[in-house]
Amino acid sequence: MANEGTGALVRVVSEEEGTILTEWLGLLKSGGALQTGRIREAELQTQAKTVLGQLRDALASGGSNADLEAYATLRDTLGEISRSRAIQGFTPTDTANFVLSLKEPIFSSLSRSHANDAKTLAAAILSTSHLLDQLSLHTMEVFLQSREDVIGRQGQEIAELSTPVVRLWDGILALPLIGTLDSARTGVVMENLLQAIVDEEAEIAIIDITGVPTVDTLVAQHLLKAIAAARLMGADCIISGIRPQIAQTMVHLGVELNVVSKATLADAFALALRRTGRTVVRKQPVSPSAS
Amino acid sequence: MDRIPILKLGGVLIVTIQVDMHDRLALALEEDLTAKIASTGARGVLIEISALEIVDSFIGRMLDNIAAISRVLDAETVVVGMRPAVAITLVELGLELTGIKTALNVERGMAMMQARLHEDDEDGSARARYED
Amino acid sequence: MRMTKTGARVPVTRTETLPIRSGDDVVRIRQAVRTRAIEAGLGLVDQTKIVTAASELARNALDYGGGGEVRVDVLQEGMRKGVRLSFSDQGPGIPDIQKALTDHYTTGGGLGLGLGGAKRLSNEFHIESAVGVGTRVTIARWK
Repeated sequence: MANEGTGALVRVVSEEEGTILTEWLGLLKSGGALQTGRIREAELQTQAKTVLGQLRDALASGGSNADLEAYATLRDTLGEISRSRAIQGFTPTDTANFVLSLKEPIFSSLSRSHANDAKTLAAAILSTSHLLDQLSLHTMEVFLQSREDVIGRQGQEIAELSTPVVRLWDGILALPLIGTLDSARTGVVMENLLQAIVDEEAEIAIIDITGVPTVDTLVAQHLLKAIAAARLMGADCIISGIRPQIAQTMVHLGVELNVVSKATLADAFALALRRTGRTVVRKQPVSPSAS
Repeated sequence: MDRIPILKLGGVLIVTIQVDMHDRLALALEEDLTAKIASTGARGVLIEISALEIVDSFIGRMLDNIAAISRVLDAETVVVGMRPAVAITLVELGLELTGIKTALNVERGMAMMQARLHEDDEDGSARARYED
Repeated sequence: MRMTKTGARVPVTRTETLPIRSGDDVVRIRQAVRTRAIEAGLGLVDQTKIVTAASELARNALDYGGGGEVRVDVLQEGMRKGVRLSFSDQGPGIPDIQKALTDHYTTGGGLGLGLGGAKRLSNEFHIESAVGVGTRVTIARWK
């Protein structure tokens, strides 16, 4: 029965390719595929034509199971389309519809050609439906995977971008933290800081958390770990920039940061200079009336 | 059995750990250092570990013991040159070695010791270097 | 941290088994794990973590389990690579695993950081132990 259905499907797709393509494109357009302006009509036409051509070839050389080797090219093409749609910002519905809307034109072609053979028609519709569902699922998988890749890459970029270690003075480093700290990011931050301590032979590192929106137990733990690791290497850490609300929250949460803490980066820097045996002195009085 | 050499420079004993520490070697070092502190009257012990690729709880315990023993014998222990990856791992392991002084490299470690030896010369008391 | 059966069906690209009979074996295991961790593309910090965990668990197997062996697997699951270590001994076993995982709990005069520490240093951790039969600890660290 399945073979019978597949046979009918193969015949219809190869004989009525043109009709199916026209109907399919019509459906895609009326379904709003072009409305968002993310894709041009010519491009959509090329995509549809390629996919249908490859579907015909795959059907001709084998059964109607999308896992078969004959479908490798078609799967790749659909994957490529799906990937580019994920990056262009298409919705999942749009992407799934691209393949699913092929059902209707094929069904109507099948009904026309097998109007008198209900048994074959039913079998053919079943195989078509099954095949297109498989292909559509494949598209969705690639779509989601591409999205995940993009998100993963962005996450990594953000992590790298947002953790600069700056040298304030000979042997004094500052690490201005911005944004939320999670375990993955703190790992990167910690490694950057400790490596910079080695590279710069720093005695003191100032961790400025002015740009950190919240400090919960976990963040505090991460910070304490970084500070403990720095101490093991022989460098002292000073925390600066704890905002009043954060200080309040921390106390209420019972979060303890048993480290030297200063209100601002400037205060912390002054302390670091003092600790390394330096003082800042004004060279001349600023008063303009000193004539 | 292999032993790790201990050098004496002024009132300071210097140990550089260059090999992958197996447990017997760690125990031998602990014994040798204890004996040497007592026999030389050293005021400081400097342990350089920049070549160590890992410090597990056994080696960590050895470092802790050496620091505690030398404290009892009136000497100060400074561990210098710990690698970043080793420091992160130790903290994750739960071993923060809070009883041990640390410095970035031998030069800094020696400076810490000298400060103490110098204060000793002046008035016999060695207190915290940093005062706010 | 998950307490799962560590990557039971993950494809293994390379495997070797090393004995744990003496202190020197512990050093050899550390070196072997380092080599495999580099092979799996782990970063320096991750290498150090898994090697340290290996050192703790090998010493546990030696001190409490009377020796045993470790299987070192290099794993590859899609793009993800990792190292899995499986320590086994035929020692007395651990009657109370939860207690043994507690920091500073020790029956052998050590620091008692071995099991809990190894767990914190790994991405995956699994322990099974039967009194009188032995203990098997499996850990994995992924790139």
